[in-house]
Amino acid sequence: MNETIGTRRLVIRLLAVVVVMFCFGVFVLPPFYDAMCRVFGINGKTAGAYQGEQMVDEQRQVRVQFLATNAAGMVWEFGPQADEMVVHPGEVGDMLFVAYNPSDQPMMAQAVPSVSPSRAAAFFHKTECFCFTQQVLQPGERIEMPVRFIVDRDLPQDVKHLTLGYTLFDITASKPPVAQAP
Amino acid sequence: MSAVIDHGHTDHHHGPAKGLMRWVLTTNHKDIGTMYLWFSFCMFLLGGSMAMVIRAELFQPGLQIVQPEFFNQMTTMHGLIMVFGAVMPAFVGLANWMIPLMIGAPDMALPRMNNFSFWLLPAAFGLLISTLFMEGGGPNFGWTFYAPLSTTYGPESTTFFIFAIHLMGISSIMGAINVVATILNLRAPGMTLMKMPLFVWTWLITAFLLIAVMPVLAGCVTMMLMDIHFGTSFFNAAGGGDPVLFQHVFWFFGHPEVYIMILPAFGAVSSIIPAFARKPLFGYTSMVYATGAIAFLSFIVWAHHMFTVGIPLTGELFFMYATMLIAVPTGVKVFNWASTMWQGSMTFEAPMLFSVAFVILFTIGGFSGLMLAIAPADFQYHDTYFVVAHFHYVLVPGAIFGIFASAYYWLPKWTGHMYDETLAKLHFWMSFIGMNLAFFPMHFVGLAGMPRRIPDYNMMFANFNMVSSIGAFMFGATQLLFLFIVIKCIRGGKPAPAKPWDGAEGLEWTVPSPAPYHTFSTPPEVK
Repeated sequence: MNETIGTRRLVIRLLAVVVVMFCFGVFVLPPFYDAMCRVFGINGKTAGAYQGEQMVDEQRQVRVQFLATNAAGMVWEFGPQADEMVVHPGEVGDMLFVAYNPSDQPMMAQAVPSVSPSRAAAFFHKTECFCFTQQVLQPGERIEMPVRFIVDRDLPQDVKHLTLGYTLFDITASKPPVAQAP
Repeated sequence: MSAVIDHGHTDHHHGPAKGLMRWVLTTNHKDIGTMYLWFSFCMFLLGGSMAMVIRAELFQPGLQIVQPEFFNQMTTMHGLIMVFGAVMPAFVGLANWMIPLMIGAPDMALPRMNNFSFWLLPAAFGLLISTLFMEGGGPNFGWTFYAPLSTTYGPESTTFFIFAIHLMGISSIMGAINVVATILNLRAPGMTLMKMPLFVWTWLITAFLLIAVMPVLAGCVTMMLMDIHFGTSFFNAAGGGDPVLFQHVFWFFGHPEVYIMILPAFGAVSSIIPAFARKPLFGYTSMVYATGAIAFLSFIVWAHHMFTVGIPLTGELFFMYATMLIAVPTGVKVFNWASTMWQGSMTFEAPMLFSVAFVILFTIGGFSGLMLAIAPADFQYHDTYFVVAHFHYVLVPGAIFGIFASAYYWLPKWTGHMYDETLAKLHFWMSFIGMNLAFFPMHFVGLAGMPRRIPDYNMMFANFNMVSSIGAFMFGATQLLFLFIVIKCIRGGKPAPAKPWDGAEGLEWTVPSPAPYHTFSTPPEVK
């Protein structure tokens, strides 16, 4: 009978591996992927709060370009007030984005940011962003949404041009949980 | 061991029950193995007929026969059915039949679970195939079902597809647990691990791969289900998720999956080549370690499927070199097979023909894999017919030829009759020529830039595509000949001795042909 007890123990262990691997797929891989993206700036995920010196580097200038894109099915008019601006690393930059809901329904939107080139994304810090929350617009309503950012003083020397892009998604139907602050 | 049956007294244990319920309720490893093999063959014909639709549409440029929407469903279902319905169940069927016979066990360790894991498959594939008849059609997003194509933009039937994948996963996991338990606990006295036939070894490693990655696939489709129905955003950029995450999770499963489909074929061929070269396998120990090394490497190369999604340069380099490293253990195996044949007294019966073709053509597929592993070059090859050519070269003459070789090798043991050698050789040559005609030109059109999964193509690819289609029709039609050969062999033929191949080794040849319903009720002694 030793054999059957051995088999039972083996099966329990193998089932445990199955459960562990399922949890690995669902609960470990996604957060791990997120962490990797944040650390390496993959997929334009921007860095967290600014930790560097609060000093403006007057010697360097960085062009920051703004892009606004509507995801498929999104009807809002959405765009920045200026296409680009020039900032010094360490300096606080401000930009306003305008959104207008031309439909006859109240709608909810979520903007997802991305910075390119991706190796510079980790040096781009947003201190205030409309992408931290979701926007609700009544029919015909127009809002101005601020973005406040700091370009890191440690930005690689050869990067002279950054693009901050936003893709605006219509989430009226799904109302997903609040996105994590990038 | 109270389960040892005294042959003199328990008559009702001797033969199978009668009628349909024999197959529904059976816990006999041979019955279940047979059902797996027949199921797999049905799926092979079904997935094959979908390939015929694809090749008929691609016979000429322009849209001729089917609409793009249906074409997409055909490519998707062809892939899903061949991977999960034809190749994997065929190897589970071979495992069920042969592993207990090879290690001297009376049956699988968990016979009832064995029955359940088989009967989940018809349910799973019934569900999957039924989606073709639903409003909006079946899955049309490719067998890799990338999000958001399958989540945001997929048809309504995607939910059924997800549940079908869940059922297949449960079935595979149970089958794998059964194989591990059988191999680790039911070996005959004296059958040490390093005396096991390589088919048993490769299946043991395959089973561990299945146990490790099928749950990840289940997790992947569960996340899809949550995204579609429960408002989560794992793969939805609008909610803070990331579609690229889907590809990482999928290929974390997907790459070991391709070894799940090839390792048992390695094992079978490692039994067949020595039998027909009449020499022991060259480098048995290195074969075992090479299999283990391939299995390990399969976990750290997944991102080579996604070089073009924008992973950092260091990542591209890591996955490129790790992928190329796989060529080392695989090369060990190929050289071992070649060395086994070297100066052997070879004869070329059908199992050997398929095995030799396996070694040569699988190596071609391996080389195109090395080309694809070069990250900068992959930017050109990605999503072209070159990729299609590559994975069909490793799956058709790899996995499928391995299965044909195994089937011919063990058919005398299963049926008690010799198969028709002339017809089997015809089957081989038609398959060999058809398969090469079908897939070799795909290398050229792929390098010239023909994208995969598109029902129409540029005029400049017309000739090669016509050749491909003719080869595919030839290969497809030939499989009906295989069906005929198998049925003919079951119904009659020259009676097979216990050991029909004079160079064959192993415990399975010590039992009579056809193998009795119960074998090794008393474990054999292995020296």
